[in-house]
Amino acid sequence: MTQASLGLSAVQKTVQALQNNGVAASVTHTQPLWLLAEVTYRCPLHCAFCYNPTDYDKHTQNELSTEQWIQALRDARKLGALQLGISGGEPLLRDDIEDIVVEAKKLGYYSNLITSGVGLTEKRIQAFKEGGLDHIQLSMHDITEEINNFITNTKTFELKKKVAAMIKNHGYPMVLNVVIHRYNIGHLREILDMAEALGADYIELANTQYYGWSLVNRSQLMPTKEQVDEAEAIANEFRANPNNKMKVFFVVPDYFSDRPKKCMNGWGEVFMIVTANGDVLPCHSARVLPNMTFPNVRDDGLAYAWQDSPAFNKYRGDAWMKEPCRSCSEKENDLGGCRCQAFLLSGDAEAADPVCSKSPHRHLIDQAIIDSRNPQAVAQPIVFRNDKNSKKILAGELDDRVKAFHAVP
Amino acid sequence: MSNQIKHTDCYALALHHRFQWEEAQQNYVILFPEGMVKLHGGAGEVLKRLDGKATVGDVVADLKATFPDAVNIEADIIGMFELALNKGWLRQL
Repeated sequence: MTQASLGLSAVQKTVQALQNNGVAASVTHTQPLWLLAEVTYRCPLHCAFCYNPTDYDKHTQNELSTEQWIQALRDARKLGALQLGISGGEPLLRDDIEDIVVEAKKLGYYSNLITSGVGLTEKRIQAFKEGGLDHIQLSMHDITEEINNFITNTKTFELKKKVAAMIKNHGYPMVLNVVIHRYNIGHLREILDMAEALGADYIELANTQYYGWSLVNRSQLMPTKEQVDEAEAIANEFRANPNNKMKVFFVVPDYFSDRPKKCMNGWGEVFMIVTANGDVLPCHSARVLPNMTFPNVRDDGLAYAWQDSPAFNKYRGDAWMKEPCRSCSEKENDLGGCRCQAFLLSGDAEAADPVCSKSPHRHLIDQAIIDSRNPQAVAQPIVFRNDKNSKKILAGELDDRVKAFHAVP
Repeated sequence: MSNQIKHTDCYALALHHRFQWEEAQQNYVILFPEGMVKLHGGAGEVLKRLDGKATVGDVVADLKATFPDAVNIEADIIGMFELALNKGWLRQL
């Protein structure tokens, strides 16, 4: 799983298009236009920046069945879902993605397989093409074998290049997602060159946002402000060159901003996630929030989940806000930022996102930036995303790495 | 007449884009990797006439005939083509 759809990413693109095209209707009521199906938390990669929950190990034995996924697709489509992301973990670890793709096509989704490429064979990609899968988003990590293999904790560098060629050969638009962090941010120009050489149509440069495993590894992953500014300048320079056809999305990291992201374009506004075990969430990491019960497709329909469940209604709109958000003239711009980030860092789920310079908790972000320069913090080993570490976190054996947060990330 | 769009031009939906009617939303949409656009009725009427053969002139004539009471419809249609082309939703055939 990549960080593609967090925060200021895919959802914001939709909304910008809605606002900017001059012919669009405005969104007057919530609708789950985007359905993200996190079909499994199993993954052959062990990326240090994965935003999946660190306790995912408890959700690897109770995955939804093919029939349950197909029912979820049908129900979400009735609610207006249009864009379908099939993600994980690594979705290709399930052998029924072909069936899910066929159903998605039948229902009229624009479907997207979000993959590391591991497990993508000629036979499978052919079945996806015939089944009507619309595009494949491939995660890439670096131009160097060394960094790719280090950050994913696997030897997958050569394979990714082969898969990229396979995607292109089957006539798919090439959509690359590169999560940016300390180890690859200095290679941005070369990463763009590589993407062009692979024939990419779109590249998403997703600066790491700190949830799940990436929050545990925050001090090890965070680049400097200067590096981020330089990276953004490189991305802008690339975009400004009319000879470059590849579309570049640069997802700005919120820690280095003084206003928070409009997370998921607002809680329960346009985005719905169904997780491997059937939980229905308004954002990827919502389960860290306290005193919340999320609906599950095994018990409740998606219509109930979206429209009526207390969880989806809790942070809709701005009625839940407290100061400084409540009276803030900018509150509609960001809706107070991310509830999960607010709770994880401050212990108050209704607080302003600590990223905001008006937040009384902004010092927590500034301290995290300072810590990422602290040789002692940086020298701690990276906790790679794997079953063993997930079990350790569940058993409380890595408490020293998560104690600063108000929930296990 | 626009500098960019000519009556003799012929356009089709860009590669990897899909145009469809959305029952749940009661409007047309364009879908593409990582995004979507909702279209109001007029824009949808333009795009649904792009069958790979119809020129801009054909679309204008057809829409004028279908909506004889619409004021200044040609400028709207050309504006829609310009917008769609600049947004990358259309490609010229």
